[in-house]
Amino acid sequence: MISSRYTRRQVSDLVVRSACVLATVLALIPLVSVLYYVTSRGLSGISLSFFSELPKPVGESGGGMANALVGTLKLVFLACLLGIPPGVAAGVYLAEFGHSRFGKWVRFSADVMSGVPSITVGIFVYSLVVLQTKHFSAFAGGIALAVLMLPTVTRTTEELLQLVPESLREAALGLGVPQWRATLRVMLRTAAPGIATGVMLAVARVAGETAPLLFTAFSNPFWSNGLNEPTASLPVNIYNYAVSPYEEWHQKAWAAALVLLLLVLLLNVSARLLVPRSVGAR
Amino acid sequence: MTAGSQNRISRPVHRKGSRGDGSSGDDKSRWDEVSVSTVVPKMRTEDLRAYFGQAEVLKGISLQIAEKQVTAVIGPSGCGKSTFVRCLNRMHEVVPGARATGQVLLDKQDIYQGDVDAVRVRRRVGMVFQKPNPFPTMSIRDNVLAGLRLNGERPDDPDAIVEKMLQRVALWDEVKDILGRAGTGLSGGQQQRLCIARSLALEPEVLLMDEPCSALDPIATARVEELIHDLRKSYTIVVVTHNMQQAARVANFTAFFYLGKLIEHDRTDVIFTRPKEQRTEDYITGRFG
Repeated sequence: MISSRYTRRQVSDLVVRSACVLATVLALIPLVSVLYYVTSRGLSGISLSFFSELPKPVGESGGGMANALVGTLKLVFLACLLGIPPGVAAGVYLAEFGHSRFGKWVRFSADVMSGVPSITVGIFVYSLVVLQTKHFSAFAGGIALAVLMLPTVTRTTEELLQLVPESLREAALGLGVPQWRATLRVMLRTAAPGIATGVMLAVARVAGETAPLLFTAFSNPFWSNGLNEPTASLPVNIYNYAVSPYEEWHQKAWAAALVLLLLVLLLNVSARLLVPRSVGAR
Repeated sequence: MTAGSQNRISRPVHRKGSRGDGSSGDDKSRWDEVSVSTVVPKMRTEDLRAYFGQAEVLKGISLQIAEKQVTAVIGPSGCGKSTFVRCLNRMHEVVPGARATGQVLLDKQDIYQGDVDAVRVRRRVGMVFQKPNPFPTMSIRDNVLAGLRLNGERPDDPDAIVEKMLQRVALWDEVKDILGRAGTGLSGGQQQRLCIARSLALEPEVLLMDEPCSALDPIATARVEELIHDLRKSYTIVVVTHNMQQAARVANFTAFFYLGKLIEHDRTDVIFTRPKEQRTEDYITGRFG
């Protein structure tokens, strides 16, 4: 009687365990195949000239995507500059004063905003910036990416600040430290490594965005000077090259996809290396 | 009564390592000289009422806190003893929805008056919390200096301050070689003494301790209690405790709180041997709470 029940438990344990393993393998299949496919197709297109030369016109062989690589870095940098400070500030506000009606409203709109399709953000910035200035620009693209980052950065900052034990704030206030200083120098400082990780992940996500750049940064076969000109970027180039009818361009699209993948991977890995040592370490 | 005579009040229970304020036979007569009404108060509350939203947690507390003495606040859970000490340095209002009315006098100045800055009050009235809470991003050394640094001060000789404060809490010998390590790496008792050193570095006049030993083991508790006894010479101390033996061991005066009211406040020996109120007696004899 007892042994039969025990056998039954062993069997159900085995069944559930194998189901979990199977599900994990299933989930890994698309991930691994994307990595494998992009690598195998893109690797042959990677060469020194890919990183150092401008695209060649159709018909000419060779050329690279140096301008798109720099363009992507430029756009991401701009997005960080415009997106991170207000995002972190809003996150601090929510963590500190989020119980007010206004705070709830801000949190709600941040949640809604993180669900807005990226192309919608593109249209929004198009009408707000591109139509006003009457031309595409890196500036517009940076704004679009910043808007996409904003909700993620805000919510990450808020959540990580809330992970910091309230006892630390009390400790600081009990030492006669003004509230704003306690927030900045104790709470934010303690949460900083975690926030940095969250921000890096947000950056990695927008680095691969295409839709919002299509009609903001647009594209450019040449070097763009400054931030006020249309700017090439890897994702948009991938799109343009992949839909073209030329075999050589397809090859270039794969190579660009691989570079973009590595770029995002690099951001992700460096984010993981910054993993919080202090939050929750108590 | 002069300030000098107050210092002669000795603790009802003597521990090893105490100051030696005289023999216990001597104590009797000295105890007779003092009572709650004759000591010089460092702090005084008048009809102090504290609220969380609509709930009234303290229902009109009027209490004197004797200068350079240890006052213990005892009572069952939820009686408002923690809220009471948090009102003494305006930490109560830090909690959203919390407020307090009435007067809290520190050297005859009402700290709840409109023009008094809560932040200033907290520098004069330091606080030690239930759970040791050293700053995890700071080293042991920086934790001691945290109060000064976070307030934007640059002490001339930080090393001297660190050594002095850690000596004062009897932690120096244990940590003098590892000052650069994280404060959170210490044991619970060491962390709590580090937190006390951190509060003392601001040279407060009053030190509030909210169940400072409840997260500590008996040995660490004994060390903190010894420390409280030593600190009494220089500071006015208020200790919240749910441990009556602890109150008996460390405090000169004991206040018994029940359901947000002050039931009885007297010399510790009186509270524990011949309380005037039935409820006090019921509580200290373990009939409830």
